Amino acid sequence: MSNESNHLQVSIWRGKSEGRLVAYEVPARANQTVLDVVTWVQRHREPSLAYRFACRVGMCGSCAMTVNGRPRWTCRTHVRKVAEDGCLIVEPLRNLPRIKDLVCDMTPFFEKWQRAGGRFKGNAGRGDPIPRLDPSSPQRRAADAAIECINCAVCYSACDTVAWNPDYLGPAALNRAWTLVNDTRHVEQGRILDTIGEAGGCHDCHTHGSCVEYCPVELNPTASIAGLKRRTVRRLFATGDA
Amino acid sequence: METRLFVLQRMSAMFLAPLVIVHLVLILYAVRGGLTADEILARTQGSIGWTLFYGVFVLAASVHAPIGVRNVLREWTSWRGHSLDVAMLVLATALMASGLRAVWAVVA
Repeated sequence: MSNESNHLQVSIWRGKSEGRLVAYEVPARANQTVLDVVTWVQRHREPSLAYRFACRVGMCGSCAMTVNGRPRWTCRTHVRKVAEDGCLIVEPLRNLPRIKDLVCDMTPFFEKWQRAGGRFKGNAGRGDPIPRLDPSSPQRRAADAAIECINCAVCYSACDTVAWNPDYLGPAALNRAWTLVNDTRHVEQGRILDTIGEAGGCHDCHTHGSCVEYCPVELNPTASIAGLKRRTVRRLFATGDA
Repeated sequence: METRLFVLQRMSAMFLAPLVIVHLVLILYAVRGGLTADEILARTQGSIGWTLFYGVFVLAASVHAPIGVRNVLREWTSWRGHSLDVAMLVLATALMASGLRAVWAVVA
């Protein structure tokens, strides 16, 4: 895990889109996450180092970075599992504009979330009874399987289709759309299918599966996108709406 | 429109897959003892079966290829929109016209 002096050799991206990797020597610990390493560097070597985190327990989705070339949630990534010969290279996420050091601008990610119709809209008021949902129904099970997304953008960063097609909504937004298409309380399923059936939508996915490979909470956005493809095709044959 | 193109490309692929396999096997079979134009024409001229086979082949390819080329261009270049769609329609028409002309040349 570490070199002979029991230190990690850590290179961290400093700058914006133009910048460079700066090397730091960080004490190696028996139990140490990548976020711990970045925090140590900020507190002991580089007070101006910018990075994001909040909960530190894998819930908030704000600490994702590129570690040794792979997108990861750094608060739950143990150094001993990812360090190569005691070396770590920590960079910001791919496919998002860089603000400073390890901080990305998440605006495009969340804008696409909205563009895909990711905002829930019901038609029940406060006085209406709470709708009963059957947890064993196929639609609810499909929604439940995809619903635990923490918005960390790891899948968005891992996706090659996002890298070469800036219009592509990306795995997280489409995964969210899939949960709402399967939510019987949501009233705008048609609008979602309209949007995700157009350019930049589900049909642009190449089924590379990088989102599945790297999703830290082990969701399967590729399966969600495949579900959306089937749903749009079924709607085309049933109603002629594409 | 993307969903329609998605369906058209997959449906044309369903036709193309077996047709391409038969076509490749036919090539291997036909050239086993040398290949002459007379030999080819003897097999194809007046044949309703080969007319249908390569007619469907050409139609499926003319649908399938431009949709794929359009996808590649949209991903790898900044070419989008109406002009790209028109260009792909021209490509589809050119593929269909030249392909059907070639079929006609060997079956008529």
